[in-house]
Amino acid sequence: MTQLFNADGTTSAVTVLEAGPCRVLGLRTTEKDGYAAARIAFEATTERRLTKPMNGEFKKANVEPHRHVVEIRGYDGLEAGQELKAEIFAAGEIVDVTSTSKGKGFQGLIKRHKFSRGPESHGSMNVRQPGAIGATDAARVFKGVRMAGQMGNERTTARAYKVVRVDPERNLILVKGGVPGAKGALVLVRQSTKKVKVKGPSGKPTGRKV
Amino acid sequence: MNVIQQLEKEQQKEKVPALRAGDTVKVHAKVVEGTRERIQVFEGTVIRVTGGGLRQSFTVRRVTHGVGVERTFLIHSPRIDKIDVLRHGDVRQGRLYYLRGKIGKEARIRERRRLIREPESGTEPPANGEEESEE
Repeated sequence: MTQLFNADGTTSAVTVLEAGPCRVLGLRTTEKDGYAAARIAFEATTERRLTKPMNGEFKKANVEPHRHVVEIRGYDGLEAGQELKAEIFAAGEIVDVTSTSKGKGFQGLIKRHKFSRGPESHGSMNVRQPGAIGATDAARVFKGVRMAGQMGNERTTARAYKVVRVDPERNLILVKGGVPGAKGALVLVRQSTKKVKVKGPSGKPTGRKV
Repeated sequence: MNVIQQLEKEQQKEKVPALRAGDTVKVHAKVVEGTRERIQVFEGTVIRVTGGGLRQSFTVRRVTHGVGVERTFLIHSPRIDKIDVLRHGDVRQGRLYYLRGKIGKEARIRERRRLIREPESGTEPPANGEEESEE
């Protein structure tokens, strides 16, 4: 993350995302596949690193092999073979960012689920305990009861980021606020679902959290 | 140099004075009044310098009409036209919050005579260097 000065002298905290370049590998159409989607490839690699079926798909699309492939619903304005870069977004646009969040390891309830802590003194023994996890007549613990466990390192979508600036030269998208994931993590940026229409490029940061 | 460093460098001013707590400065800040833009000068003592690089900021305190006024500026802000360093103060603290409780003679700061290693100070203190009252 870094900081940008706005014209009025205020500042915006922004996350810098490197946007691809991504290639449209192919389209899924309602007639053929039963749904509409675009397959988007990112980060060129060598044939040797991919499986034969994957290589076959790239060969068919006449696109060099890429390491990551994602499918995004809807393909308005996209066509196979097209290259996607930062320009597909404009400043002021609202986007959603999907990424794998930073792993926090095995965490207790207070950190993981924001439970409150018990009293520490007067003989209290339940400082960081969960309290009750169910009723006695149920004779079991229901699924989905919040307990301690792995926190983070899961796919997360954070919604409605404002694009503050697009830098076509360096192929960067600058969005306001922090996005999920570590520095250098792979992120997927698409038009916010809060605005209904989905268009989708996937982007990734270099070195810094994109 | 990575992308973040590049972006920060682009926004930094080429030359900014190396400020320290205790310095007396004149800040020429741009203010918008209706449709007109003019420059407002704010003069006072630097009581705090925080951050570094692009995010460096400083707080200037002055007392006008018996009321203490503090303003914090981002040193690289495009809204700042110019910063004049009028004199360097000899202080022991990095944050001069103690000045808030002091008025008149008590709020004076001695002028710094000894040289301190400064990387890029672009200004020289004026000649009169005895103790001066702040206000």
